[in-house]
Amino acid sequence: MNWEEIFIALPKLWDGALVTMELVLISCLIGFVIAVPVALMRASNNWWVSNVPLIYTFFFRGTPLLVQLFLFYYGAAQFDAVRDSMFWPIFKEAYVCALVVFALNTGAYTAEIFRGAIQTVPHGEIEAGIAIGMTKPTLYRRIVLPRAIRMALPAYGNEIILMLKSSALAYTITLLDLTGVTRTIIARNYLAIEMYFAAGVIYLLLTFVFIQVWMRIEKRLMRFQA
Amino acid sequence: MNKDIPALEVTDIHKQFGSLEVLKGISLTAQYGDVISIIGSSGSGKSTFLRCLNLLERPTQGKICVAGEEMKLKRAKDGQLGAADKKQITRLRAEIGFVFQSFNLWAHMDLMANIIEGPTQVKGISKKEATEKAESLLNKVGLYERKDHYPSQLSGGQQQRAAIARALAMEPELLLFDEPTSALDPELVGEVLKVMQMLAEEGRTMLVVTHEMGFAREVSSHVMYLHQGQVEEFGAPKDVFGNPKSERMRQFISTEL
Repeated sequence: MNWEEIFIALPKLWDGALVTMELVLISCLIGFVIAVPVALMRASNNWWVSNVPLIYTFFFRGTPLLVQLFLFYYGAAQFDAVRDSMFWPIFKEAYVCALVVFALNTGAYTAEIFRGAIQTVPHGEIEAGIAIGMTKPTLYRRIVLPRAIRMALPAYGNEIILMLKSSALAYTITLLDLTGVTRTIIARNYLAIEMYFAAGVIYLLLTFVFIQVWMRIEKRLMRFQA
Repeated sequence: MNKDIPALEVTDIHKQFGSLEVLKGISLTAQYGDVISIIGSSGSGKSTFLRCLNLLERPTQGKICVAGEEMKLKRAKDGQLGAADKKQITRLRAEIGFVFQSFNLWAHMDLMANIIEGPTQVKGISKKEATEKAESLLNKVGLYERKDHYPSQLSGGQQQRAAIARALAMEPELLLFDEPTSALDPELVGEVLKVMQMLAEEGRTMLVVTHEMGFAREVSSHVMYLHQGQVEEFGAPKDVFGNPKSERMRQFISTEL
């Protein structure tokens, strides 16, 4: 093991790790914003309302993330309409493509996690809200969603960790995230074992920190369970 | 409130689940201060009747007036009557306190938060004012020291007393109790009944679906006995229990007491 080379590479690897963190953070935030309304629709009793968003979650959960990235990054540019549109300057950026695909992908998984959680909210507590005179929006804002998100926390934390690792695919569309930087360095110094080892340790470290933070959040929000 | 009009006037409530008719035309008038116990064997429709009064269950037919105001109903596709006016139904529900058999406190909120939730979110009262009132209500039901506890940290009896305080916080015109002691361990039944008796003595209007014959006999002003979705007997407890007109009521009393 060439420790000296690892030490030399660390600042660059850390820059890559920052890109990874940024990608995961932003895509998970956007994914959350997508997931809440989709989950509410998925949990609806109306067949149309619940099944139309299924097209979205089915596509993003049913195809590999890599395929989604390629379809979006290479595929979209095949169409003149896309290249001529006002959004092209944004969408030609690999970074934006990765963000959009990651957000849509994690949004689909998160939506299904939230849908499951919404459906576990005890019916009696919903009835208590109805009986006290809550309107539907108030009921969802004050009772259903706060309760569902708490129930979803463990599975949702898991999804974010998965996203952290899946973000490694960003290198396939030229992004210099942690994996991208690692491969670039290896192309120069041929120290594959050392560099992947260092990258792996950094991924572990990121996951470790995330788990600590998440456990605190869980502990705080789950106080109500004796 | 105007004491001349009844707190609740229900006319000819029917409820049909498919081909099964659970309620076959029940009418009831509750004047302010009435405490009406609704008794009957399981399956007689008493809980369904109570749940129809604030549309937790949609009746198939009937008319409901709360404090003189008629609930606007319209027939849905499935043949049941639903609320025709969303604003009205939420306002009327806020005037009708409902206490559930299984308490149904919001588990992710502590007791104080449970009690101020309705006043602040539904009635738009300031948090400070709602908290002050909630403190006196919690005192009243003997749970002031537990105001920071979560429902899961309390016994069933404490949870039910908190649920009663939650209903009272809305300052309702009338209170509906759906078998409030049926889910409790026997030794916890008394503390809940005591709170309910106190409310009855304050002159609150209450409809109580119950299996507690002692409560029905001692505390209530009227007793309604339901059998297979119909009112079999209605009157003052001493008449209903002491001198029942129907054979079924006589049988029911002999099995319950």
